[in-house]
Amino acid sequence: MTDVPVRRERLKASWIFRPGVRSAVIQLLLVGLLVLVGWFIYRTTRQNIITQRIPIGFDFFWIESGFSISQTLIPFSESNTYARAFLVGLLNTLFVSALGVFLATVIGFLVGIGRLSHNWIIARLCGGYVEIIRNLPLLFQILFWYLAVLAALPVPRQSISLFGEVFINNRGILIPKPMFGECIGVVAALAVAGIALSLILATLARRHRIRTGAGMKTWPVALLFVLVAPLFAFFYLKVGVAVDHPVLKGFNFIGGMRVIPEFLALLIALSTYTAGFIAEIVRAGILAVPRGQTEAASALGLRRSSVLRLVVVPQALRVIVPPLTSQYLNLIKNSSLAVSIGYPDLVSVFAGTTLNNTGQAIEILGITMLVYLFISLVISFAMNMYNRRIALKER
Amino acid sequence: MKRSTVLFSLALTFASAGAANAATLDDIKARGSILCGVSGGLAGFAQPDDKGNWTGIDVDFCRALAAAVFNDPTKVKFLPLTAKDRFTALQSREVDLLSRNTTWTSSRDTQLGFNFAGVVYYDAQGFLVRKAAKVSSALELSNTTVCTQSGTTTQLNLADYFRSNNMKYEAVVFNTADEVIKAYESGRCDVFTTDVSQIYAERLKLSKPDDHMILPELISKEPLAPLVRHGDDQWFDIVKWTLFAMLNAEEYDVSQKTLEQRLKSERPDVKRLLGIEGNYGEQLGLTNDWVVRIVRHVGNYGEIFDRNVGEGSRLKIDRGLNKLWNKGGLQYAPPIR
Repeated sequence: MTDVPVRRERLKASWIFRPGVRSAVIQLLLVGLLVLVGWFIYRTTRQNIITQRIPIGFDFFWIESGFSISQTLIPFSESNTYARAFLVGLLNTLFVSALGVFLATVIGFLVGIGRLSHNWIIARLCGGYVEIIRNLPLLFQILFWYLAVLAALPVPRQSISLFGEVFINNRGILIPKPMFGECIGVVAALAVAGIALSLILATLARRHRIRTGAGMKTWPVALLFVLVAPLFAFFYLKVGVAVDHPVLKGFNFIGGMRVIPEFLALLIALSTYTAGFIAEIVRAGILAVPRGQTEAASALGLRRSSVLRLVVVPQALRVIVPPLTSQYLNLIKNSSLAVSIGYPDLVSVFAGTTLNNTGQAIEILGITMLVYLFISLVISFAMNMYNRRIALKER
Repeated sequence: MKRSTVLFSLALTFASAGAANAATLDDIKARGSILCGVSGGLAGFAQPDDKGNWTGIDVDFCRALAAAVFNDPTKVKFLPLTAKDRFTALQSREVDLLSRNTTWTSSRDTQLGFNFAGVVYYDAQGFLVRKAAKVSSALELSNTTVCTQSGTTTQLNLADYFRSNNMKYEAVVFNTADEVIKAYESGRCDVFTTDVSQIYAERLKLSKPDDHMILPELISKEPLAPLVRHGDDQWFDIVKWTLFAMLNAEEYDVSQKTLEQRLKSERPDVKRLLGIEGNYGEQLGLTNDWVVRIVRHVGNYGEIFDRNVGEGSRLKIDRGLNKLWNKGGLQYAPPIR
């Protein structure tokens, strides 16, 4: 046998067929197209602005707004600027979104777990809730709560009164407003510091337990920090508390704090609607944990509550958190449906009234888009951080 | 290769379409119809019936324009717009004009980039309240809740009025007129405020219109006018003079009934108006019989007023300020000559 060296000749194809070249060309074309479209949009806009002689810029922010807003978390009057109106709208959007996210999560988890319950009635009730809520349009639900439920409440003169302190009517819910003395700031600061200290303490205790296996009772100290210290300050500094009661005067109530029906309708609709989706996500997450895990934990002698808390939920969260994030983002964006019932959110106050009075459509819509984008990215970022913390760590 | 060529040429086409920026009148003629932004459903001004036929004074104004341009009042497409969206729609060329009970103000005329073509209806803002509330003056409205529409002069006048009279109030602001009147009827508000003509129209939607009354105070001037974009003087002229032609026609007693007879008139001003003498229509970029077309197909100002909001309509609004100048009103058109 003679040794014949096998010559492996590489097939030389034309450079056009090289994958690297091809993908580079395609990407270049795509970028070129994007630039072209961008340039076209910019040029058309510029030209239209010039031919219509519309002034552009952000000076309008500092003009007196001249309108009023029904719900303001910070003081606002007609003589304040559009910049402050923007802030009021933004805070209203954040306020209803934050509460909505919280409520939707609570309801969603309860319903999701309830649907897996061995109790037939609870399981069916939760199933019915999900199927009804999830399959009706959100706008319809908002209008239902606003026009069919809250508008049907009595007029202010015939308010439903609870203990003569809380009044419910078709203008909203009125509750007494606590008015604290001057030094309330010190008390609040102490409470916040107490919460922070308790959290640090809890972390230290956990580390200690992981290292040595010995548990530590932290709650008496935490209680001291969070409750006793501020309470002591409250009485020592003689802060005192007065109550501003709502009183019917003429057409409406004066005094107290009022929750407007637009806010209530939006909050109820947003949280119950999103909760329907969260419930299914939670159910999916729990079902995704293999049955063997529960059985193994029970075999180790863990109680049922401990099985859930220590074994099932941590594993379910890995499945739950990513889709939960998109539900939160949906809720925040859906809050812009507020315009249909007159809740003064960012879109209504800024992209609505302000846009109409100033005519600065491009600037205002641009800012509004950026604000929603920014809020969504922040939520996304926070949830991704959380997700990374609870994700399966492979060692 | 081929696909990218197609895409590139597509992009070029778009670019050139943007660059063309043709005169509005040419666009309209090429399209074969006028795009007219109107109110979404306001009796007397612009409202579609169950068959989709629009009626109203704002609608008839656009029909008159179509009659002048095409000799056919049906060559107009109506786009219902909310108060909030109307200006953006006009700025972005979605419509050729707004004929949408819009108040003529200085900032809209300048900063928003529009031209107003004369007043179709002199209006004023008023308040509607329940008779059961036993209120006889707007000055008794302290501490009330007021329903109004977003993005309107109404919203701003309301704030001005309560502020200058040191009265507290809560404004609940909705997007569409329908939402406002619904909220008022449900009892969310004590007061409904908007232009008086609109109050007349919206009151008809209430289940018991007679349980509500309009307060005597009129708190603002609301000259309602059609408007076009800055930057096209010819189209602005056509819109403006269509309105003037309708007013002049009423002044010279040229109506749908009397048109044929007035065409034989020997009066020089009537002859100029009807295009028998001079070429005033051609100067506008139209035909010389433009006013004849408008009156034949749509009617003069008095006729469209009467038919839509006046005695001949359900609203039965008194002509008041909208009478011709020589009858004690404010409607006054420059002469055609």
